[in-house]
Formats: sequence, structure tokens, C-alpha cells
Amino acid sequence: MNSARKKDLVMLVFALILYGVLQTMISAKIIGSFWELNIILICVNIILSVSLNLINGYTGQFSLGHAGFMAVGAYVGVVATVKFGLPLIVALILGAIAAGILGFLIGLPTLRLRGDYLAIATLGLGEIIRIVIMNIDYVGGAAGFKGIPHLTNFTWVFFVMLMTLFFIKNFVNSSHGRACIAIRENEIAAEAMGVNTTKYKVMAFTIGAAFAGVAGGLFAHQFYLISPTSFTFLSSFNYLIMVVMGGMGSITGSIAGAFVVTFISAALASFPEARMIIYALALILMMFYRPQGLFGYMELTNVGPIKKFLNKVSGAKEVST
Amino acid sequence: MADKHLLETVDVSEVFGGLKAVSDFNIYIDKGELIGLIGPNGAGKTTAFNLITGVYKPTTGEINFDGKSLVGLKPYEITQRGIARTFQNIRLFSELSVLDNVKIAYHCHVKYGLIETVLRMGRYFGEEKSIEDEALNLLKIFKLDDHAYEVAKNLPYGAQRRLEIARALAAKPKLLLLDEPAAGMNPQETQELMEMIRWIREQFGLTVLLIEHDMSLVMGICERIYVLEYGIIIADGTPSDIQKNPEVIRAYLGAEAIN
Repeated sequence: MNSARKKDLVMLVFALILYGVLQTMISAKIIGSFWELNIILICVNIILSVSLNLINGYTGQFSLGHAGFMAVGAYVGVVATVKFGLPLIVALILGAIAAGILGFLIGLPTLRLRGDYLAIATLGLGEIIRIVIMNIDYVGGAAGFKGIPHLTNFTWVFFVMLMTLFFIKNFVNSSHGRACIAIRENEIAAEAMGVNTTKYKVMAFTIGAAFAGVAGGLFAHQFYLISPTSFTFLSSFNYLIMVVMGGMGSITGSIAGAFVVTFISAALASFPEARMIIYALALILMMFYRPQGLFGYMELTNVGPIKKFLNKVSGAKEVST
Repeated sequence: MADKHLLETVDVSEVFGGLKAVSDFNIYIDKGELIGLIGPNGAGKTTAFNLITGVYKPTTGEINFDGKSLVGLKPYEITQRGIARTFQNIRLFSELSVLDNVKIAYHCHVKYGLIETVLRMGRYFGEEKSIEDEALNLLKIFKLDDHAYEVAKNLPYGAQRRLEIARALAAKPKLLLLDEPAAGMNPQETQELMEMIRWIREQFGLTVLLIEHDMSLVMGICERIYVLEYGIIIADGTPSDIQKNPEVIRAYLGAEAIN
């Protein structure tokens, strides 16, 4: 069997062990409902930060509209389950498709912009999505959508997260992913090497938006109510912070970023006065001492001993991936 | 006409505002030739490259490559047609490994699709393997294989120049455009580069057009030379013709030098 496949398999085994441990602890009530909720939030936030990393970190297109796509996925998802009685998996897929299509339509014109201009345009479009939803009475308007069945649980979010990670990992480690990274590194050179830069920017944006939609669907079915205020630009910033903190251009980094940010805000939940100050200080210190983020461009699977172990298990030669 | 030459430009001109950067630019290159494009600073040499590679769209005129017009195509489409280039100010993917720099350039030859990518099925593993092998092979030719896993920006200057050429070759071009490949190199490195260019042309069946200020290199390897001054071709011919051409001497040394 191929060594890359074997490595995937080893990682899958580890993920299943982690799942088993956490699930047992949740069933045995060792992890209480507060931390169970936060574990679920961490998984959802990992989906969001990894998909945002594809746009911001790998392709280098500064997007601030992620909460908007999440909102689309959430609302399409709840309409599918509540109004049409469809199962959760169908709702998630419909949410992903809707967010993906919207990402494509928004990406096509806005990705002609660069840097700050793109950031502001996506920020504005994210807000437009939210305000449009706020004015649709069919989904509850500003008051929010009530009576959503609680369909999500740890198993759901964990395996959807795993699938997302698998998808995005494979994408970035291919010619398509290399095209995206080339755009980040040097757009003129990428174009001169035969990369259709517009196509790949829009592709990354669409894929990122679709996964934000999936995360939105999971998020909505966790809480019995969603309202447009759950998807303001502040949450977009929050996901951006996870990406920057973990390292732009590292999947492991996004996982770590989502974990750290969610964990800090949960752990400090009992000190509401100090919470934002500590959070902000942590970020400032981070930018001072490790501006490239926790992982920079590195992946955990490429760190010395782990890499050696993986190579040994999979029988691969000493090559970097 | 069009099917005789590999590349042919007909009355191409490029106007930036009120400035005519290049005008009545007529050159042709046949398959297998090694052509030099020289001229004083600001003569429009790089503009000519940018016109051929689609970075600029010509204000007037026609550019034909392999019998088809290139006017209006995007740079990536022109690369797919078979023209690859290097840049005067090195434009590597500086944060990536040397190997990845070369791998990216195979992009337009990859056939596996998005589904095969994310599910890792079908052609994915086979093609990735052959890309890696070919890329390592190219690096060996350019004596960069020892640095394959280093970050590109940490390479010495001369090696970065070589990597740019290796990367351009990975796109499997028919015509290779080199924009001052020897800039910043010492005489020893320039000498090695000259042999390298000659060798890759034979090995890969390439046609080469190069811009260069280093006259030892240009006169040493080019079969024909075009001389640009103020956006106009003032002379063309073999290296010995060019060396004797009074117009060229005037452009480079001033009118007094002739008298």
C-alpha cells in the first residue's frame, strides 16, 4: 500500500482513539455538559478556521466574510430540517451548496481586489448577508429562528470535522493546492508558470465558503435558536484570530488556533471582567514573540519525532511532504 | 509566413500614456534558435518580454506563436501554449522549498481533477510521483538537488537564478525567455551559465530568447542579436555584424566614439 495512504490511516487511527476517549468521558459524565458543549464548539470552530485558512493562509486572499457564509449554511440547514423535515446530513449538504454558490458569486467580482480592499469588500458583503437574513420574515427576521431540533452531537461534529480536515489536507497537498500557494507567494510568477490565478482564487473561496456553510449547519442544530446576531463581523474576526494565531498556511495551526481561542474563552467564562483583557493580552504577546503563529507554515506531521514515527509505520523513505 | 517562424511579432507597439515604450517592433525567431535582445537601459527590452508573455496587451500589432495569435491571451494561457520566462528581478516562491518551486510549474500538465485530488484516487498518486521525479531530475541538472528541501529564499543569489530557469523549464516550454539571466553573477558563474543555456537548448530542443547586458555572454552564445534603443529595433544580425554596426556603437558609446 502507498505510504501516503498508510500515513492517513495512522492519523485516522489516532483520531478514532481520541474520539473514543472523549466519547467515553462524555457518556460517563466525566466531562460535564459545559465542557461537552465547548468540545463541540471547538470542533465547529476547527472547521471554520481550517476553511478560512484555505482562503487567507494558503491562497493569501484576505477575507473577513466568513461568518456570512456560516450564516447562510446555518439558515439553509434549519429551513431544510424544520420546514421540510429533511435529515441533518441533507441539511448540511444543502447548506454547504448554498454557501458555496454564494461564495462563488461573491468571489468572482471581489477577488479582483487585493489586500486591504478585498478585506473591506468581504467584510461588507458578510454584513450584507446578515442584514438580508434579518429582513426575511420566513426565517424569523431579527428575532431569530426558534424551535430548531437538537440534532447535532459530539459524534456528528467530530466526524464532519475529520472529513473537512481530510478534504482540505488533500487539496493543499496537490497541484491545485500548490497553485493556490503559488498565488500567495507571488501572483505574477504564478501566472507566468501557467496558473489561472482568478480560477484558483475563486475555487479556494468557494471551497472555504462551502465548509463554513457546513459548520453553520452544525452550529445551528446545537443551539435551539439562531439569530442574525450570532453571525456578525465580530465572529468573522474571531475565526481570523484562530487562523493567525495558529499560523497562516498550516492545518495543524488552525486546529491549535481554534482549540486555544475556544478554550481560553470557555476557561475564562467565570471571570467576565478579566476575560477580554487576558484574551487581548495573549494576542498581543503572541504577535510580539511569534508573529508567524503557533505553527507558522509547519504541520505537526512534519515535526521531527512524529515524522520519524509516521515514516517508520508507513515504511516511507526520508522525504518531506 | 506565420507557419514558418516559431515566434513572430508584426509592427507591435506599446504606448503608456504619452510614452511610446516600444514601437514598430518586428522580430522573428525560428525553431531551435538562440537569440539575444540587447540595448541600453530603458530601451524597452523587458516591455517587449511582457508583451510576448501577455503581461501587457500590445496597443497595436500582432504576435504569432506556432502559427496562432497570442494577442489578448492571459499570461497563464500563453504559458500553456509553450512560452515560459524568468524575471529580471527574481520572482521565486520564496517561502517554499526549492522542490515545491519547481513542482508548481508542472501545474498545466497535471491531468487529475478535483475529485481525484480530495479522495486521493485515480491518477493522483501516479502523477504526483512522476512530477516529483521529474522535478528532482531537473534540480539535478541545475546542481540544486542538494538544496531540494531548503527554503528558496535562503539560496545564494546565483542558485536562485538557476532555480528560476529550472522552474521555467518545468513548464515544458517550446520557447524560453530569459530576462537578464546573468545579472549579479560573477564571471565564473556567467561562464557556467552560458554552458548551461547551450546544453539545455540541445537537451530539451528549446528555442531561447534572452535579454542580457553581459556582452561576453551575449556574443558568446547568441546566433542572432536584436538591438533595441528607445523602443525601436536599430540593428539585427550575427554577433560579429552587431559589433561592427555603427548604429549600435553610437547607441552604446555615443556618436563621438565613431569619429
